[in-house]
Amino acid sequence: MDIKVNVRESEGDAYVVDLTGEIDVYTSPKVKDAITELIDQEHYNLVINLEKVRYIDSTGLGVLIGGLKRVREHGGSVNLVCTNPQIKKIFDITGLVKIFGIFDDEQSAMKALV
Amino acid sequence: MNPATRFVDVSSEGTVELKIPGRAEWVAVARLAVAAVASRLHFSVDEIEDIKLAVAEACTNAIQSAGGVDAGVIEIVCDAREDELRVSVRDRSTGPHLEPLDGASIGEGRTEALGVFLIRALMDTVEYASDSRRGTELVMTKRVSA
Repeated sequence: MDIKVNVRESEGDAYVVDLTGEIDVYTSPKVKDAITELIDQEHYNLVINLEKVRYIDSTGLGVLIGGLKRVREHGGSVNLVCTNPQIKKIFDITGLVKIFGIFDDEQSAMKALV
Repeated sequence: MNPATRFVDVSSEGTVELKIPGRAEWVAVARLAVAAVASRLHFSVDEIEDIKLAVAEACTNAIQSAGGVDAGVIEIVCDAREDELRVSVRDRSTGPHLEPLDGASIGEGRTEALGVFLIRALMDTVEYASDSRRGTELVMTKRVSA
């Protein structure tokens, strides 16, 4: 069980964080480190791509919420790309669909940042 | 055959016990083992995913209650019955946060009880007992949908 994290620059000042694998109490610190590093470098518009994420738990949600809080303090935003119905369900039942922009593809998530 | 007749696979009934080290890297083992037990009952794929997440949240809660480092041994007991799965997760900590959060407070950044919120949302019943001598036991059940 692991998570692969890939960070790449996209349009404008936006960055994309591609995640592959499972985000749980063991792997979420790796995701947190990547997001924290971007924010520390003053990148406040992020797209986090969850398309290849098979599983996420509350610690993973906590990392995403923490990232969103930090970028909002600087007028930024975090949009998510998510197509997995089970993961969408988790965002739905926790009410996080009202807090994050959740999109079916990266292009739409990126467009909604600006 | 009477359409109301339901095939009962008594071979699916049984108890499985698992002990894992109370550390983050072992939680995946617990959720996969419980998913394997759940797959022997007539749960849908979505229901098995719900059970996996709920069990993982219970284990994570135990680890976080112990300070996030080592919760000692976490005991997981799966009691597979004809129409439901009962899962007990026991550890030596004095107890998780149990106040469920609503969407607003989650949005404000309160995530410490998000795991318990998820357990309650995903399982049919959740019971909890804690004392300083025996530790904490969280018992949850999921019924097989008709």
